[in-house]
Amino acid sequence: MTRDKTSPTFFVLLVILVLMSTGPIMLMLVTSLRLNVDIMSETSSLLFLPTLRNYETVLCNVLWYTPEHLSRCDKTFGRALGNSLVVSITATALTLVIGCMAAYALVRFRFFGRDVVSFSTLILRMIPPAVLLVPVFGIWTYQFGLDGTLSGVVLVYVAMNLPFVIWILQSFIRQVPLQLEEAARIDGAGPFAIFFLVVLPLIRPGLAAAAIFTFRIAWNEFLLGNALTDRSTRTVPVTIVNRLTEYDIDWGVIMATGMLLAVPPIIFTLLASRQIITGMTAGAVKG
Amino acid sequence: MNASTLNRATPYLFLLPAALILCVALIYPVGYMVWASFLNWNPSQRIGDAEFVGLANYVRLFSDAQFHESFAVTLAFAATVVSIELVLGVGLAMLLDRNIRGMSVLRTLFILPMMIAPIVVGLMWRYMYHPTVGIFNRTLKAAGLDPVPWLSDPGWAFVSVVIADVWQWTPFIFILSLAALQSLPSSTMEAARVDGATPWQTILHVKLPLMMPVLIVTALLRLIDAFKVLEVILVLTNGGPGLSTEILALRISRTASEFRELGAAAAMSNLLLVLLMALTAIMFVYSKITELRNRRQAA
Repeated sequence: MTRDKTSPTFFVLLVILVLMSTGPIMLMLVTSLRLNVDIMSETSSLLFLPTLRNYETVLCNVLWYTPEHLSRCDKTFGRALGNSLVVSITATALTLVIGCMAAYALVRFRFFGRDVVSFSTLILRMIPPAVLLVPVFGIWTYQFGLDGTLSGVVLVYVAMNLPFVIWILQSFIRQVPLQLEEAARIDGAGPFAIFFLVVLPLIRPGLAAAAIFTFRIAWNEFLLGNALTDRSTRTVPVTIVNRLTEYDIDWGVIMATGMLLAVPPIIFTLLASRQIITGMTAGAVKG
Repeated sequence: MNASTLNRATPYLFLLPAALILCVALIYPVGYMVWASFLNWNPSQRIGDAEFVGLANYVRLFSDAQFHESFAVTLAFAATVVSIELVLGVGLAMLLDRNIRGMSVLRTLFILPMMIAPIVVGLMWRYMYHPTVGIFNRTLKAAGLDPVPWLSDPGWAFVSVVIADVWQWTPFIFILSLAALQSLPSSTMEAARVDGATPWQTILHVKLPLMMPVLIVTALLRLIDAFKVLEVILVLTNGGPGLSTEILALRISRTASEFRELGAAAAMSNLLLVLLMALTAIMFVYSKITELRNRRQAA
């Protein structure tokens, strides 16, 4: 492959773009490493001694030692972190298994109502969380008795993500050669064996993309999490917003919390950007 | 059960879990919301105890000046961010459409803003917009200029919210248009070059028309998402000052949780849903038409 020559102006443009897109994230990281007194002081300079104290404050109840600068440990965040992990991982696993089976059926079998199902998946995909707020609150509280529980949150996240996951996986399953499945069938494999042993391993990149998208939405979601959880089941985004409404914001601590919330999506992006971009393009272009 | 019935039942068995969950947790709630929009309902009541008021919620919405303003803000926000992001995203894609080392690293860095929680995006921009310690006002002060009331003045608050959204979502359009650009047939580009077209002419008369189908779908996707934005604005301004940044999604959530009028919130949700459905239908029809046209050209 030949590389085009880059002129200096072009290089400067690239540097500016990278600075613009990552700058705010860097600033958050830097702020999370400073004490609030330093952040708020009028004469703050770029030179400062980084400290992990804000992270210690946030994570005080999951650390193996007691940070000495704290007189009282606020357990809110440690608990929220646990809740967020449980909710996002369960929701992702369930969405993938269920979505995969549905996508396979939609692609491989011709049966009555296939176009209807395909079109309704598209329609369901655009329902915003704000629209679900009122009904989900009412139903979960008064009919299912799921308010304040983690399973209630998981249920709504699975439902919200399924249409998109089905959509993305369809385009990956279409690329699995039919002959492979035929061969397995001739060898005596049933539909379930074909699905789990032949198709699933072949669409691993698609599964990775779908998993990242689902995890990201479940991990980042605020509105429904806020409506459905109580004190002990709050997720991380909910605790961040609650803390922001306090009068005296401790920017160092809240940036450390934000950084911790941002870390998993950042790691996934760095590890699997190719899959993410494929997923994004597949979702948009193959409409 | 013999093998042939099992085979016939297989697609339905595979679809069953997904259908069940979508019915219970997505379709049923939406139906429930349509019903709730005809009720005078507050959060401490069971829905059965709420009073049926017919179209009263809708009638009140249509004469409610605050709802009108919120609706106008939503349209202005969506139109502004989508047009700015389209111009910037497509422009950048044209500029960066070359074979350079490290392009994949660049793309990875560009998608970071989209992957981070909207709550966190709101958080970092709120810090940067901070009246005294934020980086913008510090820089202005260091340059000897007056500080800007980023989030406390209605006009500036709208601009600030738009900037944050443009920062987060321009990369989406950039990546999709870059993918579209790189899949254009190289023979066409070659032909344009041989015919003596300048780079500008190639962009205007060859690249843009060829990319149009992808661009329109991308713009519609962004438009749908722009109507869903909530968390970033919630953290930045919570709709204020006044109603200057109170987009519809935010107004729905405030009507439900602060004013405790679930019926009115449901009516608003319904209107938002109808709007988004219309956009989705347009997108669906448009992509079907291009698909048909391509097939006819290929035949």
